[in-house]
Amino acid sequence: MDTLVNLFITAVFVENLALSFFLGMCTFLAISKKIETALGLGIAVIVVQTLTVPINNLIYRYLLRDGALDWAGLSSVDLSFLGFVSYIGVIAAMVQILEMFLDRFVPALYNALGIFLPLITVNCAILGGTLFMVERDYTFAESVTYGLGSGFGWALAITAMAGVREKLKYSDVPDGLQGLGITFISAGLMALGFMAFSGIRL
Amino acid sequence: MADSVRKILFSPVVDNNPIILQVLGICSALAVTTQLSTAITMSIALTLVVACSSSVISLIRHHIRANIRIIVQMTVIASPVIVVDQFLRAFAYEISKELSVFVGLIITNCIVMGRAEAFAMKNPPWPSFLDGLGNGLGFSAILLTVGTIRELFGSGTLLGYTVLPLARDGGWYVPNGLLLLPSSAFFLIGLIIWAVRSWKKAQVEQAEYRIKAMRQSGETI
Repeated sequence: MDTLVNLFITAVFVENLALSFFLGMCTFLAISKKIETALGLGIAVIVVQTLTVPINNLIYRYLLRDGALDWAGLSSVDLSFLGFVSYIGVIAAMVQILEMFLDRFVPALYNALGIFLPLITVNCAILGGTLFMVERDYTFAESVTYGLGSGFGWALAITAMAGVREKLKYSDVPDGLQGLGITFISAGLMALGFMAFSGIRL
Repeated sequence: MADSVRKILFSPVVDNNPIILQVLGICSALAVTTQLSTAITMSIALTLVVACSSSVISLIRHHIRANIRIIVQMTVIASPVIVVDQFLRAFAYEISKELSVFVGLIITNCIVMGRAEAFAMKNPPWPSFLDGLGNGLGFSAILLTVGTIRELFGSGTLLGYTVLPLARDGGWYVPNGLLLLPSSAFFLIGLIIWAVRSWKKAQVEQAEYRIKAMRQSGETI
């Protein structure tokens, strides 16, 4: 249990997907203009991440990795090169389901996220979480914790960024830095701030 | 014809750069630029993938139904990425270890998806191929600039060869440790954007219009 709590804390703060691995940066910079939208997207990412990482963990364990097809009597088959296609397929399907669910039950959020919901599919944070899970060989319980933690960390980062940017629009910025430039620099300062968490262990 | 080829190929390098203007594909731009060698590998890999996938998607664009197009595009994009990944593992294992998950993340690199969606779905294969190549070049230009600055001033080397002898090895250069930290890539790209926009005023104009609108709404509050 200790290791799981530790893994969660690490995934949220120390190895924050957005600010220390730069995953999901495109959406991170594009959707962080308003806190409400950022929060909505953050929650969507938490949900998708918590679902896809464990599902992909099962697919990796029982279908793809070297010797994983032992239960089917095919112990010499190594399908791990099919990983990318399978993971992205699962992610695309989950996003489609979430989109239909929101459209049906939470239309306000669906309208707010608009065209950006399909972009969760191409959010590097989602695929990145899965690939880190495979690279570090997490067990199923660990993968659930990691999915939840990394999604939560990303949501935290984008909400904080949106807060900063809402204040930033009242400030007087040099011409060439307007908009994108100053956003990059403030994201850099936030990443520096998050480095203060490195080395935390429970 | 030659004129339009040049336009499609080179306009994404400066005038319509995928990273600094379209805000696409930033994840890998930031993460793999600590060393020049990984940045070069990443640039080549991405340029190949985006050119191949754009032309293939453009070939089958009349057969893709709109509601499942994202899954189809993803599958098409994932195939060249798998080839690149297996190739790197076979012939450049060290670099493939250093790039770790970022080779796989080319699949979700917004440049590939963005070009597929914005250009390849509407244009014939040859222009799509050129457009993919051009955007790959634009991406590479930024990646190589950031990679060079970070490796040269962060550790005094280029491609592993010592250029600026470090003070701790008896030389004169005291390396800037900040450039080895992830956040320095943000600052560098921010500064590149500033430099390019001071040079190409047209890009500033666009950004300022957006900000002015926000400023007015701020004043009314």
